[in-house]
Amino acid sequence: MQYFINSEGAVVLSLVIKSIQENKDYLGAVDGEIGDGDHGVNMNKGFSMAGERIEAQHGYSDACKIIAEALMDDIGGSMGPLYGSFFKTLWRQSRNLERIDAVEYLGMLKAATASVKEIGGAKVGDKTLVDTLEPACAAFEAEVISSSDFDSALAASIKAAGIGRDSTKEMIAQVGRSARLGERSRGVLDAGAASSFIIMESMHTAIRAILHG
Amino acid sequence: MRESRFLTKSFNHKSMQRIVNNPDDLVNEMLEGFVEVHSDLVRQLPSNPRVLKYIKAPVPGKVGVITGGGSGHKPAFIGYIGENMLDAVAAGEIFSSPTAKSFRDAIKAADSGHGVAVLYGNYSGDNMNVKMARADAEDDGITVKTVVANDDVASAPKSQPEKRRGVAGEVFMWKVGGAKAALGGNLDEVIAAAQKAIDHTRSVGIGLSSCTIPAVGKPNFHIEPGTMELGIGHHGEPGLKITEIQTADEMAAMCLDLILPDLPFESGCEVAVLVSGLGATPVSELYVFYRKVSQILKASQISIHRSYVGNYFTSLDMMGVTLTVMKLDDELKNLIDLPCNSIGLKQF
Repeated sequence: MQYFINSEGAVVLSLVIKSIQENKDYLGAVDGEIGDGDHGVNMNKGFSMAGERIEAQHGYSDACKIIAEALMDDIGGSMGPLYGSFFKTLWRQSRNLERIDAVEYLGMLKAATASVKEIGGAKVGDKTLVDTLEPACAAFEAEVISSSDFDSALAASIKAAGIGRDSTKEMIAQVGRSARLGERSRGVLDAGAASSFIIMESMHTAIRAILHG
Repeated sequence: MRESRFLTKSFNHKSMQRIVNNPDDLVNEMLEGFVEVHSDLVRQLPSNPRVLKYIKAPVPGKVGVITGGGSGHKPAFIGYIGENMLDAVAAGEIFSSPTAKSFRDAIKAADSGHGVAVLYGNYSGDNMNVKMARADAEDDGITVKTVVANDDVASAPKSQPEKRRGVAGEVFMWKVGGAKAALGGNLDEVIAAAQKAIDHTRSVGIGLSSCTIPAVGKPNFHIEPGTMELGIGHHGEPGLKITEIQTADEMAAMCLDLILPDLPFESGCEVAVLVSGLGATPVSELYVFYRKVSQILKASQISIHRSYVGNYFTSLDMMGVTLTVMKLDDELKNLIDLPCNSIGLKQF
């Protein structure tokens, strides 16, 4: 298939939530290298809260909104507004769609990434989640343009997200709390880049599973 | 393993010497206890337990003054709610910004129709959540203006004030902003006074040990026994340098060496001084530190108008001290002298 049905898509976010839960300790350890180590705890708390609120009648867009609200209204920190904006934008862009195809999904992904950049003020190279999201988005777009195939665009974006995440290792943090480390922030992954990879990978893997039927 | 100042080893929370139940409930349970003890001054919003307000807020005719921040800095932030001080405070998780919703609810709780000043520290989470809350509150017809504290000289060079963090100087900003509002200042006047307060204030900290977020269960970073970190941040952000531990007198001199030339504070000026412990340093040692601060300032012909020594803005169980100095003019002097009644600061 070249699309998925919005009302049947909540399962996509369920996999995202499960992946965040499973990676709680990993994210804590990554954050502990140059941050205060609470990234796994806070992400797990927010996504688990959302998980409890997602019910059978909810679709993909509904579930995005539920995650956004849990992060924005119950978690706070930096990840609340950043991922809150990301999922809120996915919801806003998709709420009136019955079917979501590659072109629509590209628009959603671009708008959601733009919203993260707008609220956080980070750009590629600053050692943040933008270093994962932006290349993932660009790879998705390039593949849609060249092959028009939703599935291969999702696969390309997962690959690019991983490369983007790994690129933060050699960067010096420019924004956020770790920016104060300067040169000492080099050599470890950014925790936001790591969690956004988990989100992109799980979300896109779940959509691919639906496309494969 | 990579040489790292940051520990990655996990500890069971039972190995921490801390007074907690489930660490995830710490903030909620702390607030529950706090509002019961201080029911003469503060109240929890029924609609949002993460927001505390002054019992008389919104004070009719007065500009609302609020702040918010991560928990773990007692008595900041909620301890500065009270008469001639803050009207409401949004509380976050430990070391993590409050939600935009909590900031918005604090703004609403403080607004008497004359607008609200949000006086907060320069951290990325707080910046984002305040930005969103401000937009929401303005949609509801509330005028909101902000001052962002950046008094920590060690957090970025002087040429990059937008990168500097807010630390204990925020107490002076709240005191001055709260006093200006209490004396009938309009929103622009309250904002101007609070901005002047923080612009005239410089701080620097020294860390002697790490601190542990109970839900994380292991120290945030590591300071070798026998060493100290000059310029440490309020969450253990790295400082300017790690040195062998110095005497109290030498520590005071090192802090003033960073603070005095930065503003600069010149001979003949009058200042207010605030020495705060970081949580686990005995208060008696803060007075030893203060003694030398006072001696150096006097030798520099800088006169101390008023001093505060104690735990005013802490970082969980970190050992260490922060020094904050504010240069006074007539307006700031009047505002800093105004009586106030809050849990963290009482002046009669």
